[in-house]
Amino acid sequence: MTTDARTGPAPTPTGPLSQIDYSERIPNNVNLASDRRLQRALEGWQPKFLDWWKTLGPALPTKDVYLRTAVAVGRDGWAHFEHVPMEDYRWGIFLAEQDPDRKVNFGKHKGEPAWQEVPGEHRADLMRLIVVQGDTEPASVEQQRILGNTAPSIYDLRNLFQVNVEEGRHLWAMVYLLHAYFGREGREEAEQLLKRNSGDLDSPRILGAFNEETTDWLQFFMFTYFTDRDGKYQLGTLKESAFDPLARTCEFMLKEEAHHMFVGTTGVQRTVERTAELMKEHGTDDVFEHGGIPLSVIQKYLNFQFSVSMDLFGSEQSTNAGNYYSSGLKGRWQETRRKDDHVLLDDTREMNYIENGKIVQKTVPMLSALNLDLRDEYAADCANGVRRWNQALEDAGLEERLFLPHEGFNRRVGVYANHHVSPEGEVLDDATWEQRKDAWLPSPEDRRRVAELMVPEYEYGKFAGWITPPSTGINDQPVEFDYVHLAEEGLA
Amino acid sequence: MTATAADQSLQQDVPSAQAVPEVDFDTAPDRYRHWKLEVNGEVAKVTLAVDENGGLVPGYDLKMNSYDLGVDIELYDAVQRLRFEHPEVKAVVMTSALERMFCAGANIRMLGQSSHAWKVNFCKFTNETRNGIEDATEHSGQTWIAALNGTAAGGGYELALACDQIVLIDDGSSTVSLPEVPLLGVLPGTGGLTRVVDKRHVRKDRADLFATKSEGYRGATAVDWGLIDGTVPRASFEQEIARRAEEAAAGSRRAGEQGVTLTPLDRTQTESQIEYPHVKARLDREARRVEITVHAPGTPPPADAAEVLAQGVDYWPMAVTRELDDLILRLRTNETELGTWVLRTSGDVDQVLAYDQQLRDLADDWFVNEVVHYYKRTMKRLDVTSRSMIAVIEPGSCFAGLLLELALAADRQYMLEGVYEDVDPDADPAAIVLTESNNGPFPMGNGLTRLESRFWGHDEGLERARGLFGERLDARAADGAGLVTLALDDIDFEEELRIVLEERASLSPDALTGMEANHRFVGPETLETKIFGRLTAWQNWIFYRPNASGPDGALRRYGSGQRGHYDMTRV
Repeated sequence: MTTDARTGPAPTPTGPLSQIDYSERIPNNVNLASDRRLQRALEGWQPKFLDWWKTLGPALPTKDVYLRTAVAVGRDGWAHFEHVPMEDYRWGIFLAEQDPDRKVNFGKHKGEPAWQEVPGEHRADLMRLIVVQGDTEPASVEQQRILGNTAPSIYDLRNLFQVNVEEGRHLWAMVYLLHAYFGREGREEAEQLLKRNSGDLDSPRILGAFNEETTDWLQFFMFTYFTDRDGKYQLGTLKESAFDPLARTCEFMLKEEAHHMFVGTTGVQRTVERTAELMKEHGTDDVFEHGGIPLSVIQKYLNFQFSVSMDLFGSEQSTNAGNYYSSGLKGRWQETRRKDDHVLLDDTREMNYIENGKIVQKTVPMLSALNLDLRDEYAADCANGVRRWNQALEDAGLEERLFLPHEGFNRRVGVYANHHVSPEGEVLDDATWEQRKDAWLPSPEDRRRVAELMVPEYEYGKFAGWITPPSTGINDQPVEFDYVHLAEEGLA
Repeated sequence: MTATAADQSLQQDVPSAQAVPEVDFDTAPDRYRHWKLEVNGEVAKVTLAVDENGGLVPGYDLKMNSYDLGVDIELYDAVQRLRFEHPEVKAVVMTSALERMFCAGANIRMLGQSSHAWKVNFCKFTNETRNGIEDATEHSGQTWIAALNGTAAGGGYELALACDQIVLIDDGSSTVSLPEVPLLGVLPGTGGLTRVVDKRHVRKDRADLFATKSEGYRGATAVDWGLIDGTVPRASFEQEIARRAEEAAAGSRRAGEQGVTLTPLDRTQTESQIEYPHVKARLDREARRVEITVHAPGTPPPADAAEVLAQGVDYWPMAVTRELDDLILRLRTNETELGTWVLRTSGDVDQVLAYDQQLRDLADDWFVNEVVHYYKRTMKRLDVTSRSMIAVIEPGSCFAGLLLELALAADRQYMLEGVYEDVDPDADPAAIVLTESNNGPFPMGNGLTRLESRFWGHDEGLERARGLFGERLDARAADGAGLVTLALDDIDFEEELRIVLEERASLSPDALTGMEANHRFVGPETLETKIFGRLTAWQNWIFYRPNASGPDGALRRYGSGQRGHYDMTRV
């Protein structure tokens, strides 16, 4: 025991001693072991995170799950697979490798060295961007909490959990930035990320789409396809940030995001394939009674998820977005590949809006319309998946096709808010909309019937009747691999 | 403050704003170009005799005893010297060396060619000097008497208003006037409007008549309305002034024989720093801030009043005050782009407390009394300074008693909890100490102490803080008592501070000035707060309006033979 003349002997420690070696427990490439300040901040946060995970993370009890864990940023390190109990998952902190010569690529600081510290001038804005991004990560875990109870297969269950732990890791990534670069306020914001909860009326998540219920697996697939894709595009803009730690963090997150896209794309595709099989087999569109999900209902789910995800891009015209760009905080998708001056002061573009019941166009300054720029990139990307699903329909010899609804359909944010637009792009009056919306958006009855199909299938290699098996397993393992070991009570 | 006799200057085209020189506040009576200071026993006389060619900036002649900043710097010096060098002086007569003209006010051509920032800073300094004159009358037993041997127009009359008594020669033509509104389309800028109604209690309708009548009023009406205290013919003018001076001196409790000579300050200045023995300022131009450190005394206080007096300008509280005063004036005038002042202290808390105690123990001594009031005026300068002030309280600092006023004057206080583990893990953590010094002797312009201002509307917090006098408050205790903005340990401290300072430097300087001025002055209005707040804000708005400063505005056209052209929309 150390004794100091000034303070007297140190008190005897009470309570359990920490067994955690944080540099080991938290795989990282940010030299965590040598950063006393960060370590202490994360020591304070980790128990709260684990509490949150246990309370609001996946509800289905499991023993362990075959998960990909990032243990390093290199080619071998970021996709390391093993069976791990989820609460022991090593939520690591990884930033893409640093380029010491990296420059700011756009805005008024273009050409200056990238920032390794937060400039005081931009603290508030940067923190806001990180908080909003960080808020979405745990939100989707909360939204998907009970889905494990109705998983169509052990393979899908594993994918769900993989998405969940990686959303958790993305939360860690944002919390790392808040802790490492934003001082006490950053720590307070990091705590708030765990206190807001999806769908909580008193303390909801920041963005609307993250307070919508995830009712069933079709919605989960749509969510990972459309809403996680919004995340991909937001990360893509932050990857360009002049604030280098944010850029590097997001660059690495994008690697993981690809898996979420994969879960969404193949999940919807396998659902569509099964529907196509049943349609052909029974010669009817209404495959509910044959254990499948009708194509019209899949289209409604698609309509819904696409439109609420479009809202996540914010208003088409945004002063904030322009300021973020000019200040160097947030770039455009594929900023460095674009062939323009990357300052945009004199550029313009066309944008749609509604005037006298018609969709018309106007020319607006490019800097004011960067949200729209990003949303257009996103929508084009979304169309790729739809083409792929339609290929499955075509391969099955069916005439029916899925399609992306009009950008103005079912929108609550931006120029289409307060207007009604059909999926085909006709502007409608209130009465017409009310009359027809159930044909375009999932009705409670649709959701009820989809939910009826959601019965769990926990036998290795077996799949629920509404979805086809995937063509291959995960990490070259067979489809029937024991991806998840359920806890005993999970089987009951 | 502006005003003029009609022939003060025959204006040609208004030149563009002249290059502004670096302003030096050092002067002494033997170097005065515009004033004469004579001491004759208990009565001193300061005589305004402006050197027409002695303007601080080229481009204008200081005709008709009109003044610019250079003239006022000398006046400030004279006021200070009378207080410190002349304990025997109990009445001060202010008069003019010109025939039939006391003072025509601020030079119009100077104002016309000056940048907005220059005008504002000029007004601030002249206001502080006039407040200092009133302070001498009130707290030093040194009664100022304006002997208006000729017309006192605009700023000239405002100079007189700062005196305790105003006597105007009765020669059938000399007047007092505030012609700014009718002639120049601006306001009298050094408290004229405020002092006419608030100090001299002139009825508001008469004040309205007075302030819109460019030639003003002669003696009889002026006495009748309260604009002046007396008016006497030339033959008996000197006699009447002498009588009043003697009477005032007889009523003074000022006691002292040997004065303290205000020797030149020991100051070294480079591009990046200004240093005095006890105050050091590092000028960080890139970050647009100044890091100011005030050092504690190196030795214990002298034994008694006689030894304090023997130390004179080297007596630590006096020396620190002079250095701070000079630094504030220089930074304010010459370093307008350094928008944030970071205030630190360094040294032994106990030494500071010993001097702090001595200021109270020897409060009845004339010199100590002068030092206390000088420190008070210097803290008031800080309060009205248009810079963001952030106090940083670290190990090794000595924010105790009078020095704690610096932190309380600041817009925010950041205190390190514990020590810098990586720098000096064995250091003593920072502590602040409240004393009676924070409870009265250094009030703000609003009449409240900075402690009262801090806890305005929170009497319990104020009482709790008063209960802590003399205690060393570490970061937690200081935070708990509401005396600091943030108490952070070393894990966060430096980064937080860096970000705060960078963030501050990025905000609009105009908005910050306005915001800070609003936050700093809670509670009641006083003459001073009205002058620095209401009057100044209105004046600055008017200065910026085309009706005053546009190409056809009254200020710009003055003397051109054309009157100002006004946009007649009321705003």
